[in-house]
Order: sequence, then C-alpha cells, then structure tokens
Amino acid sequence: MANEAEAIQSPGQEVAWLRAERQDRLSLLRAGGRWGIGQASRLDAQLRALELPSGRKVQVDAGDITVMDTAGAWILHRTIKSLREQGLSVEVSNANPSVAEMLEEVARNDSPCEIAPPTGNAIANLVAQIGESAVDIALETAQLVSFLGSIVATLARTAVHPKRLRLVPLVHHMQQVGLNALPIIGLISFLIGVVLAYQGASQLQKFGAEVFVVDLIAISILREIGILLTAIVIAGRSGSAFTAQIGSMKVNEEIDAMRTLGLDPMEVLVLPRVLALVITLPLLAFFSDVIGLFGGALMAWVTLDISPGLFLERLHSTLGPWTFWVGIIKAPVFAFIIAMLGCFEGFQVVGSSESVGQKTTRAVVESIFLVIVVDAIFSIFFAFIGI
Amino acid sequence: MTSDSANDSASDSDVIIRVRDLRNQFGSQVIHDGLDLDVRRGEVLGVVGGSGTGKSVLLRTIVGLNRPAAGRIEVFGQNLAGLSESDRAKQEKRWGVLFQDGALFSSLSVAENIEVPLREHTDLPPDLIDEIAALKISMTGLPPEAGPKFPAELSGGMRKRAGLARALALDPEILFLDEPTAGLDPIGAATFDELIKQLQQALGLTVFMVTHDLDSLHAICDRIAVLAEKRVMVIGSMAEMLEYSHPWIREYFHGPRARAVVGA
Repeated sequence: MANEAEAIQSPGQEVAWLRAERQDRLSLLRAGGRWGIGQASRLDAQLRALELPSGRKVQVDAGDITVMDTAGAWILHRTIKSLREQGLSVEVSNANPSVAEMLEEVARNDSPCEIAPPTGNAIANLVAQIGESAVDIALETAQLVSFLGSIVATLARTAVHPKRLRLVPLVHHMQQVGLNALPIIGLISFLIGVVLAYQGASQLQKFGAEVFVVDLIAISILREIGILLTAIVIAGRSGSAFTAQIGSMKVNEEIDAMRTLGLDPMEVLVLPRVLALVITLPLLAFFSDVIGLFGGALMAWVTLDISPGLFLERLHSTLGPWTFWVGIIKAPVFAFIIAMLGCFEGFQVVGSSESVGQKTTRAVVESIFLVIVVDAIFSIFFAFIGI
Repeated sequence: MTSDSANDSASDSDVIIRVRDLRNQFGSQVIHDGLDLDVRRGEVLGVVGGSGTGKSVLLRTIVGLNRPAAGRIEVFGQNLAGLSESDRAKQEKRWGVLFQDGALFSSLSVAENIEVPLREHTDLPPDLIDEIAALKISMTGLPPEAGPKFPAELSGGMRKRAGLARALALDPEILFLDEPTAGLDPIGAATFDELIKQLQQALGLTVFMVTHDLDSLHAICDRIAVLAEKRVMVIGSMAEMLEYSHPWIREYFHGPRARAVVGA
C-alpha cells in the first residue's frame, strides 16, 4: 500500500540506495545496496534531508543491504538515534546477520570525543605564553651558565692531565668544521670582496678618490666582514651540526649509555668540538681575509685600473698591523660561543626527533645573535682603547 | 602445505594477495629470491622468520614502499606494478597499514590523525568525519579522553591502538600489521591480539601480520608463513608448523618459549 514512494536511486547491485514510503500509521525506510564509505557522503545527505511523514513508528527495512562497513553503519545508526530522540519508535528489520552485527558493533562504540585539545581564551593564552617564555629564558640562561662552567672545568682538568684529551675526534672535527668549510668560505669572501670594491669604486669615483677604495676594502674586510661572515657561515654549518649530532645521540639514549659506561660526555663530545672550532675559526677567518682582499684587489684592478702592486703598496702604507689583529682576536671568542651553544642545545633535546629540529634552529639563531652582540661589544672596547 | 611453492588448493577468487617470484636486494645483499606467497581473503596470516630474513621488507614491498628487483605482486587481482597512479591510489585506500610504533603524525592529536585519510580521500562533511573518528577511537579500545591528546602524551600501547584506528579509518579490506605486539607488556599484548581478532571478525578483514610473538601466532593466526632461505619456506596452521622438521622451524616452534605457549 505504498502511496508516496520516493525513489532516490534505483536499486542497483553495488550502489547504495534509500527510499522512504508511507504505510497507514507506519513510515517505512527501505535501504539496500552496498553501504560503504564511498557512498557515505551521498547517503548522509539523503538521510539528513529525510522528512518522515507523521506517525509514531518507523520501520527500517535493511533487507537489501548487501555489504555494510563502519561508515555506512554509523550514518544509519546516527539517523536511528536522532529519530528515537524525537520520540519515535524505530525498528530495524530483515538485516542479514553481518549487517545486524555491524550495526550493533557501531552502537556499542557510540562515544563521542573531543577532536583537538582545548585552546582556551586567546588573551589568557597570550599572557601565559609570555610568562612561560620568560621563565624558559631565565632557566635556559642559568643552564647555559652552568654549561659554560662545566666546559671550563673540563678544560682545566684536561690541562692538568693532557693525556685525557681525545686527539682523534679533535682532528676529525677540525677537518669537518675547518678544512671542509674552506670552499664555501672562500667563495663567499671572494664575492663580498668583489662587491665591496665595485660599490666603493662607483661612489668614490664621484669625487676622484678612487685610491681610497683600497682602505675601504681592507678596513671593512679585515676588521669586520671577514670574521663576521666566517662566524655566521660556521654557525649555520657547524653549530647546527653539533646540535643535530648530540641531539640525535640524546634521542637514541647514547648519552645515557656513555654515562653508564663511565664516559664523561663533556670530555668525549663537547671538548673536542669546542677546541676544534676555537683552533680552526681564526684560521678560517684569516683565509677569508686573504680571499676577500684578493677579490677586492681584482675588482679594483678591473674597474679602477689600480694595479695589484699599487694595491699592496697602499695596503702597507696606510694600515697598521692592528687592523688585521682586531679581526682575528675576535675569532676564538666567536668560535667558543658557536661551539658552546651548538653543544648546549644538543643536550637540551628531549624526547622525539622533532625536538632535534627545533633545538638546531635555536642553536643557529642564538649563536648568530650572540656573535653579533659580542662583536658590537668588541667595537666599543676597541674604540675605547683607540685601535 | 609444506611444499616449496605457497600455492595451495585455494581457488583464485579466494586469494587477495598473490606474490610470485619476488626478488628483493639491497646492493649485493639478496633478501628475497623466488618468493611466492598467497594470502586468502578473510584470514589472519602471521609472517615469522629470524632477524634479517626480510619480514618487514616483504610487508613494505607489498604495500609499495619498496620496489622489488623482480617479481609480480597482485593485490585484489591486479598487478600493482602495472597500475596507473590513480588506480594505485584507489588500491591504497583499500588497505591500512599499522607501523611498528604507530607512526602517528606528532603534530596532530590522535583524533586528527584518524581524520587525515578521511579528509584526504572522502568528501564526507566535517561533523561526520569527527563522528567517524570518535567511533574508531572507541572501536580500538581507546578511551574518549585520548582523542584530543597528542601522540607524545600516550603510552606505547595506546599509540599502537591509535595507529590501528588510523589504519582502519577508511574501512579497508586488508590490514597490514608490522610487529603489532612488540614493546607491549604481556597483558597489553594479549588484549591487542584480542582486539585485532575481534575487529577482524567484525569488519571481515584480511590481516597480514609480521610478528615475533608466539602468543599472537597461537592466539589469532589462521595460518603462519615462515620466511627462511630467502623465500617462504612453509605456510600452514600452527599444528602443521609443529610437525615440520626444518631445524630452524623446529627450534622456533619447539623452543622453551614456544613450549610454554603451545603447551606441548
């Protein structure tokens, strides 16, 4: 006695379909086909749009459903649940055993949960975040100072017992951070020398002071650019490598293993790295100075016709040795900062490998920042003592 | 059942994964050579073998994470190597993989992890996706409180359950498990075994399980495939394993640990 059959989809074998029919005092919902996740969004839309005629009873005829997975079962279960909440009595009939079991399984596991962690009030979060990072910074500074202390203590101990210095790792790291960095440092320094000469030349030419381009190149490269550039490249290249190496050892519990075997990680891991960088960074800075000057001289020759001989003569006559030493003196200090922060952040790694990435970024940013701050302090100091 | 080839009397329609003449090698090291394997629809197959016999490599090769040097792999009757990109993607939606430690995305909560495949591969409305994620969380035996938590906040057992929930998100037909009970305490391992069996029956799954756990083999596997000498040496039920006379297999299934499980 179906009077208003609403065929939404013809009953095919694989396609899921749904029909609502009205019989006397009973609404009949016929479902069939393959109720799978592939059809779920269409079925869901249909079930939501469903307008059942008035009547207290709904019967769901699931007899034609061939296959039902959890997604299909869920949307049917959800519909039945909401109809029941509206005070209707709902009955499922003719379902084959596997479909009935699936519906039961889904009904048993109907327990909603939160999807994402609670975010809370935005302003409160902001305040909390500021507070947390302030505390973090204070704590980390304290830890960094104690790390500095233990490096110095380890250094002192090694000075008393020089046999405890691990020579093989030291040489290995010197090769890694020093020798292997030569090509990149050389290339960058050469280009910067070229650029400085070119820019300086075009400005100085305007008032006929071409020859001062030598002073410009020499002073800027020797005092600041050579060492600063080298320190920044090394912070990005080796500081990050230190953090990543020590950090992944921490994740693998290798550091803990070392401690249980009676090895001191400061002595085994930190000291060779710090010493390697303190020894090689001045050499790299010297190399950078030479190549930078070479690039500048080459460009001065090409654009201003200042011959290499004239360039060297001008270099000797106008600059004292301090111009060179002011740059190089800073190198061991920068090296110590970069190596210390790289190793320190490596030890700060906790838990997952995700933290290795975070700490590596921190090590690089912090060491570049500190290098520049210390460089500024050096300039003030040198200005004060007049060199 | 104990012949060299894994060919059984199972008819073609029953076989859901068919591996023929598979060869895997890394550099000069040959892992598999002439490996044949049939997995039947609806069974729980346990794959065992000594360390380095390439159990995980076999799993990774079947799901396409590792390209074999030679051989043929058919899943759902289609040769995987011959499929176009889009057909392959369709196949991949029909299986789920649980990696050893869950391999959950660490920047997403558990529920969001389960939603990833649903958002990526279906056009379901967002509220329905949330509901299905909650359903899977409950089905894998996680408490509702676990939903908004990040993987790092969960225990190893819970991470495995969450990984299982994500593997089941798209209602796959085949479930690949890589050492599902490794690293769990005996009670946790036993409940996880039960969970797999229960889900397998409720959802009609085919389960391909790499394992070392004799309890799992005994409790839930219909058939066991033993990898040795670069191929599937034998495949059959637990009872058949116990009768086989290969030295490694004897030692494996008759060792002190095995005796405790089988009660032999």
